[in-house]
Amino acid sequence: MGETPLWEVFIRPRNGLAHKHVGSLHGADAELALSAARDVYTRRGEGGSIWVVPSAAITASDPAHADEMFDPTADKIYRHPTFYDIPDDVGHM
Amino acid sequence: MYSQGLIGADGRSEETPEFLAAFQARIDAEEKIEPKDAMPEGYRRTLIRQIGQHAHSEIVGMLPEGNWITRAPSLKRKAALLAKVQDEGGHGLYLYSAAETLGVTRDEMTEELLDGRAKYSSIFNYPTLSWADIGCIGWLVDGAAIMNQIPLCRCSFGPYARAMIRVCKEESFHQRQGYEIMLTLTRGTEAQKEMAQDALDRWWWPSLMMFGPSDADSQHSDQSMAWKIKRFTNDELRQKFIDATVPQAEYLGLKVPDPELAWNAEKNGYDHGPIDWDEFWRVVKGGGPMNRERIAARRKAWEEGAWVREAALAHAEKRAARTAVAAE
Ligand SMILES: [Fe+2]
Ligand SMILES: [Fe+2]
Ligand SMILES: [Fe+2]
Repeated sequence: MGETPLWEVFIRPRNGLAHKHVGSLHGADAELALSAARDVYTRRGEGGSIWVVPSAAITASDPAHADEMFDPTADKIYRHPTFYDIPDDVGHM
Repeated sequence: MYSQGLIGADGRSEETPEFLAAFQARIDAEEKIEPKDAMPEGYRRTLIRQIGQHAHSEIVGMLPEGNWITRAPSLKRKAALLAKVQDEGGHGLYLYSAAETLGVTRDEMTEELLDGRAKYSSIFNYPTLSWADIGCIGWLVDGAAIMNQIPLCRCSFGPYARAMIRVCKEESFHQRQGYEIMLTLTRGTEAQKEMAQDALDRWWWPSLMMFGPSDADSQHSDQSMAWKIKRFTNDELRQKFIDATVPQAEYLGLKVPDPELAWNAEKNGYDHGPIDWDEFWRVVKGGGPMNRERIAARRKAWEEGAWVREAALAHAEKRAARTAVAAE
């Protein structure tokens, strides 16, 4: 029999914040993964909401190609407010 | 715990000098290395071994304390010990998942533990004979673990560093509950004081050994320091631990079982007597009082839990198949 599947665990500390990746664990199905995530990652009130996602379902960018992947942002300085010259007299903008 | 995790680690790698230099430059710039980043094979292997052995130490470490859960002297002590042992299980799981990001599976790590290829901290091969041992484990063993783990929070490998931050937050309760047990015993009857002293006599030296071989005999330390997997040498951490712990023993009115222990004003730290490294290596290699029992207990848990893992998977597959049929 194969190894018990791997899940990535995301926790939202409280409403108003985003779910944040905290680690991973093994579980035979989503329900078991969720209850294991509660025991492993929220023993001290760390969260009010948990997501578990099969690790195999995540598509990730390749760090080896990070330069090409993120290159289009590097030279577009006109996307930043500091690119534009506005006289001080105009006041805060 | 675990610089002992480096015993037998093989930090050699065969990559080109340019690749290794570029990797070292990232480390020197304090950049974190993440699982999918290019890394020397030696770095990967060293981390798999160290994190895996750290995880095994957390899991095997549940056994000596688990031994006293049903015999804790009060409901309060029992609840606290249960919570502590549960935390250690959690620490093992954070660490296994950090190691798995490097391409090893949980099953492989478990097999290596069970067949003796992977080690765990030598400290857990000593028996817990009295309730005072539970106090000593929290105070000394968790105390030594904290010394070791705090610098690991800045380890160059991201998942290991993140797991250590969680672990360190939880460890301080462990040490405090242990010290509080010692306080209660040393303020109790003569028999309780004797029990506390007896436990310190037995746990002191093995606790010092937790930091691993002395720097002069530690083969794998240099490369691990360069890669910032380790931030302090074994002897540096051991010294910090002694300097922090001796005054705590004095506060308890207990005597540290080292006739050569003396304050050295010049180095602003304690000098200590020689550590019995023969004992250390004997215990690491399987000859400690509890090595066989610890591995037998892990093997029993693994084998007797097999049907549960298989049933859960079979159930999950059946349900998935049913959902697929219903969707057609
Ligand atoms: Fe722990
Ligand atoms: Fe630990
Ligand atoms: Fe602990």
